[in-house]
Amino acid sequence: MEKLRKRLLSMNFLIWALAVFFLSKSSTVSAQSFDFSGQVALEVRGFPDKSLLPGQVEGAQFSSFLEPEYRWRSAARDSLLKFTPFIRVDTVDDKRTHFDIREANWRKIAGDWEFLVGATRVFWGVTESRHLVNVINQIDAVEDIDEEAFLGQPMFQIARQTSVGRFEFFLMTLFRERTFAGRNGRLRTPLPVDTGAAVYENSAKEWHPDIALRYSHTLSDFDIGLHVFRGTNREPSLILSSDGQGFIPHYSVMTQAGVDFQFTRDAWLWKFEGIVREGQGTTFAAAVAGLEYTFFQVAESDIDLGLIVEGLYDGRDKLNFSDTRGRQIFPTIYDKDIFLGTRLAFNDVQDSSILAGFVTDVVDGPATLRVEAERRLGERMKIELIGQAFFEDAPKNPVSFFVQDSFVTLRISRFF
Amino acid sequence: MLRLKRLKQFNPFNHVILAGVLMLTSFAHLPVAAEDLDQKGFDVAARNDRSDRGFGDSRVELEMVLKNAAGAESRRTLEISTLELPDESVGDKNLIVFFTPADIEGTALLSYAKILDPDDQWLYLPALKRVKRISSKNKSGPFVGSEYAFEDITGQELEKYEYTWLREEPCGELNCDVVERRPRYKDSGYTKQIGWVDQTVYQARKIEYYDRKGSLLKTQLFEDYKLYDDKFWRAHVWRMENHQTGKSTNLFYKDYKFNLGLKDGDFVTGALSRQR
Repeated sequence: MEKLRKRLLSMNFLIWALAVFFLSKSSTVSAQSFDFSGQVALEVRGFPDKSLLPGQVEGAQFSSFLEPEYRWRSAARDSLLKFTPFIRVDTVDDKRTHFDIREANWRKIAGDWEFLVGATRVFWGVTESRHLVNVINQIDAVEDIDEEAFLGQPMFQIARQTSVGRFEFFLMTLFRERTFAGRNGRLRTPLPVDTGAAVYENSAKEWHPDIALRYSHTLSDFDIGLHVFRGTNREPSLILSSDGQGFIPHYSVMTQAGVDFQFTRDAWLWKFEGIVREGQGTTFAAAVAGLEYTFFQVAESDIDLGLIVEGLYDGRDKLNFSDTRGRQIFPTIYDKDIFLGTRLAFNDVQDSSILAGFVTDVVDGPATLRVEAERRLGERMKIELIGQAFFEDAPKNPVSFFVQDSFVTLRISRFF
Repeated sequence: MLRLKRLKQFNPFNHVILAGVLMLTSFAHLPVAAEDLDQKGFDVAARNDRSDRGFGDSRVELEMVLKNAAGAESRRTLEISTLELPDESVGDKNLIVFFTPADIEGTALLSYAKILDPDDQWLYLPALKRVKRISSKNKSGPFVGSEYAFEDITGQELEKYEYTWLREEPCGELNCDVVERRPRYKDSGYTKQIGWVDQTVYQARKIEYYDRKGSLLKTQLFEDYKLYDDKFWRAHVWRMENHQTGKSTNLFYKDYKFNLGLKDGDFVTGALSRQR
């Protein structure tokens, strides 16, 4: 962790050196812009149930984060610098207290070409229940278990926009390890993951050059994306440590190809994401397919009601924690599941909304239910309430580790 | 975040005119058949529309002030970039980027306006850096909680309506043609709109919106017109008042910029993450 931090700080320095260079170079141009914005939040996560494992926090877990963003843009808007550090301080889990550089990059646009150097986040995909094709960035798993927070990934990126679609090439190194809750944290594996002791399959370790290619295009009602990725798998396998007190993350090299697709017509969105992955146990396929329908202005109000149904399949080798000596494929709850979701957008001045999602396993039954509500307060504040429940009917399902960890999070943010 | 859903182009009655094309002399004093009145209404609208032709591309920053019936205010600032497409049978491309409220800073909406088909729209959510293709069916829903419906700020393409000329009358210091227009596209919240277009520079001065029951719903005023490049008129204050709720939304535009050299490649989903 300390090593990583130093490395990121040196990268940070490099980015700022670049910034100074470009600022001085174009200081004669008056319309360049330099500004910043950001978010600071206070958060409490409450666990009504007693913990399952020894040492885990009981009751309330307080935490706070800060995410400022500094931006510079040339007058012609063809050269951009961005720096977005992130820090969270957690009162009980020292693994959840962490620092990351979400963005630290220089972007250059030259006609239909675009170049980016530095750390950034990239999002691919269309489905709501799972982000299967979104493979560039490591998940910042201590943030939340919804897998929607990502660590900044250092890379070199080239994009070319053509009339037949967008072609992107990614060259990445300085692999980011997944974050895991510490011994005191909730929502963790039965034994804590020792993130400081990661093992890599390739001798280049975190310096292994990862590459990815992406093609994306819109054809009237169709949005399609294709990708190939070869590099260090963002999902570790877990190996029991020699003292038997924890898991060691093991990162292997994988090759993955995938497709994402959306058809948009009237109030319907039809979605599909699929991948084939080699290098994580037996070669397997995984897919998410579904649809979303929105009833606009329900009962002559301004409220929109969206309904989402998605089916999930994941063919990876099954998790088997009773065999603690072997290497464990990182678990997924989405082997054969159905996701049902609803979205209420109030379309009011405060942008109020409620999202609810329910996942049930075709074999094991109900797995989890999550509800998120948010509303702006005044011009600069936002309140969010997130609740998630785990069901105990599925002893073989990986969520059974979390069965005592149903939680409610209250987050109050101020934006500046 | 989803509430931005669909929005298109922020230019009512705006696309510009070919200078010098066939100005119709006024038939106002002659008794005329109904279809002639429809043709005359169309001609007035077309003259307004064509007064804007050839602007190429533009960018403008504006502030949106929402006021509820009790007078409480809420503000948004945003920037709108527009790319005019030479082909009149397709609409313009628009990119809207929000600066405030701070929690949606960087949120962007890309839209390709169509004539009668639903527009293509994508929403960019900066927190996740995610681009979402969204349905544009919700034409009559409120745009970011304001008194503007999506269809009010959507491409005001000429062929989206059918027209009837009603009368001419003074409007402030100018004289206006008063034209009724009825949406030809699906899912509109309006049965009709009545627009006042001046006879001097052919710009919209006022629009009344009538709801699905035929009652007066809203009145929109266009004020503070400025001329750019000796050719293109832009209103810098738009006022929208909802008569049924007592709420209002006013838009205050800064100066427009034209001829920025924007291209199709600036209006693609891949360009959304570099807007801030």
